[in-house]
Amino acid sequence: MEVLKIATAGSVDDGKSTLIGRLLFETNSITTDKLQAIEASSKKKGLDYTDLSLLTDGLIAEREQGITIDVAHIYFATPARKFIIADTPGHFEYTRNMVTGASNANVSMILVDARNGVVEQTFRHFYISCLLRIPHVVVCVNKMDLVGYSQARFEEIRDAFMRSAEKVMFEGQQVSFIPVSSLYGENLTTHPENMPWYEGEPLLALLENIPLEQHLAKEESRFPVQYVIRPKSEAFHDYRAYAGKVASGLLRKGERVVVLPSGQQTTIARIEKYGREIEAAQAKESVSILLEDDVDISRGDMIVPVNQLPQQGRLLEATICWMDKKPLRVGGTYLVQHGVNIARAKTSALTNLIDVVTLEAKTAVTELNLNEIADVQLKTAKEVFYDAFTDNKANGSFILIDEQTNATVGVGLIR
Amino acid sequence: MAIHAGVFPRELEDEAIYILREVAAQFEKPVLLFSGGKDSITLVRLAQKAFYPAKIPFPLLHVDTGHNFEETIKFRDELVAELGLELIVRYVQDNIDQQKVVEETGKYASRNVLQTVTLLDAIEEFGFDACIGGARRDEEKARAKERIFSVRNDFGQWDAKKQRPELFDMLNGRISHGENVRVFPISNWTELDVWNYIKEEKLAIPSIYYSHFRPTFERDGQLLPFSSFIQVMADETITPRMVRFRTVGDMTCTAAVESTAVEIDHIIEEILSATVSERGARIDDKRSEAAMEKRKQTGYF
Repeated sequence: MEVLKIATAGSVDDGKSTLIGRLLFETNSITTDKLQAIEASSKKKGLDYTDLSLLTDGLIAEREQGITIDVAHIYFATPARKFIIADTPGHFEYTRNMVTGASNANVSMILVDARNGVVEQTFRHFYISCLLRIPHVVVCVNKMDLVGYSQARFEEIRDAFMRSAEKVMFEGQQVSFIPVSSLYGENLTTHPENMPWYEGEPLLALLENIPLEQHLAKEESRFPVQYVIRPKSEAFHDYRAYAGKVASGLLRKGERVVVLPSGQQTTIARIEKYGREIEAAQAKESVSILLEDDVDISRGDMIVPVNQLPQQGRLLEATICWMDKKPLRVGGTYLVQHGVNIARAKTSALTNLIDVVTLEAKTAVTELNLNEIADVQLKTAKEVFYDAFTDNKANGSFILIDEQTNATVGVGLIR
Repeated sequence: MAIHAGVFPRELEDEAIYILREVAAQFEKPVLLFSGGKDSITLVRLAQKAFYPAKIPFPLLHVDTGHNFEETIKFRDELVAELGLELIVRYVQDNIDQQKVVEETGKYASRNVLQTVTLLDAIEEFGFDACIGGARRDEEKARAKERIFSVRNDFGQWDAKKQRPELFDMLNGRISHGENVRVFPISNWTELDVWNYIKEEKLAIPSIYYSHFRPTFERDGQLLPFSSFIQVMADETITPRMVRFRTVGDMTCTAAVESTAVEIDHIIEEILSATVSERGARIDDKRSEAAMEKRKQTGYF
């Protein structure tokens, strides 16, 4: 069964939680006890309606303030697919949590209030979707009931959105627009009675039919070694396997491979899944690989086909989204975690601080503050085997870790 | 719209195995929190797969409230013996005897809250730096907010506002001495995914998950199992009923559901048509609106 990961975002009060709540309700994914619980808390708060946002805003602080602070994960399924929604915050100050929710998404769903049209926050989220190269963006123009289900208003918003979007979209990215009324459940699971002019599919059908990314399979093959399995038991005395998850591409039994960083060549003797031998392993599969020759391999090394070598070097150029209160400083030392490999790194140049709303770039920058995005140069203490993020998401991204606090302070997309 | 039973999405298994291997690689002393319930049984199978043909490179820890279903303990011991696993058991009763914690009294007395102290003591005693748990984000609203690697301070506390961003599938398990990480490999699974997995993998589960006759009584709209651990009020009548349990917890806070499900397909059908959530049968979640978040702040898993 396929899994589709959706990241949602939008401005405050655009009805995001209501839309998700309604979608869950219409797919029979909310149980009576959960519904009763939020009815009771809505009443306690003095509301005269059931506040569906209470379904997803699970933290005390969120319910107190009525805003989403951190990503909530929501699950539902239809006969076609299993859906995982990362419901991410809309507020600017939680941009890092928005990036967290969106990093694994196949689809980005952006809400726009039909009355207000495209606002700053709409565009910030779209910009992040482009930066993370999310292939499908679904723009839900919500609260259509409040603009008289006007086709002209819908088209006006769509055109305004596309005028800004065109500047940052990447090749192959698809943007769909859909008019909905979450409050009345129109165009979510059934065709909208009040919008006969809408010829497309309702939201759920659209989400069920979006083709899943095939890019992982098309990319060059990367197998980062996570863990070495050496049972040293009587039955498996000489057994030595390299466990890991295929990051991209496909690895086949009998394939000639090179082990990085040692550069030694060998052949894949077997690929196993819980003792069962398989002929090939594709992206996202967790497997164990046995090699024909005795090669010295440890965690953090990478196995790749001989004709598909990644770039290598100690200088990384990347776009960074900063996620810590303590700013990134030029000349600062951090740990770079690239896949499962860790290297110490020093930041050098900091350029091109991007205003994600106006898209203007500032060139002279000395530090990068929380939620800001800029280009950075990093010098690593050891060689890193990488790809550009646009060619290979898994091998083209890294996180930065503060050695003093151990916190994840930034995410980098290699250029 | 009907949700069909479906097949288990194997992508979730690959993800969970990846997480377990990260634990073994990044930490010195991991442990798997094992309650004998369906989620921790699933974790054991995933750990077998992650390290096969080597043994699971960490022990299991059971925090025993002393108020368990007999069937669960029997199952636990059989599983451990069959798979040759290392099991550590720590008892809430010991903490009560040492007067470290005070037993609740009255109608709603439960040891559920007390087990946090026993868990934190065990973490300190053995120096565990990673505790693998079977919690799922679909269970409860505070859990829906939790990361896969959830960092806890040296008091075992969760700070929702200080969670590390988790990007792509890079997991940062770096911690200072005394801190620990709670790891949730099946975060992205739903109750139905777990049952489909148990079915496809043909995993054995404790008999209380299947329908059986048991003396029960009604309280606050729930069916509670009669046992010596719970105070039955004068106006409550004990009646044998055909029931099963959707979740395995302390006997004092786990409610039963009336059921005729005697095989796994029946269980899956029941869940598909259920109008009450899994945690709807957990009395411990009903103490207040934010019961789970508050428990996690004090070190609960």
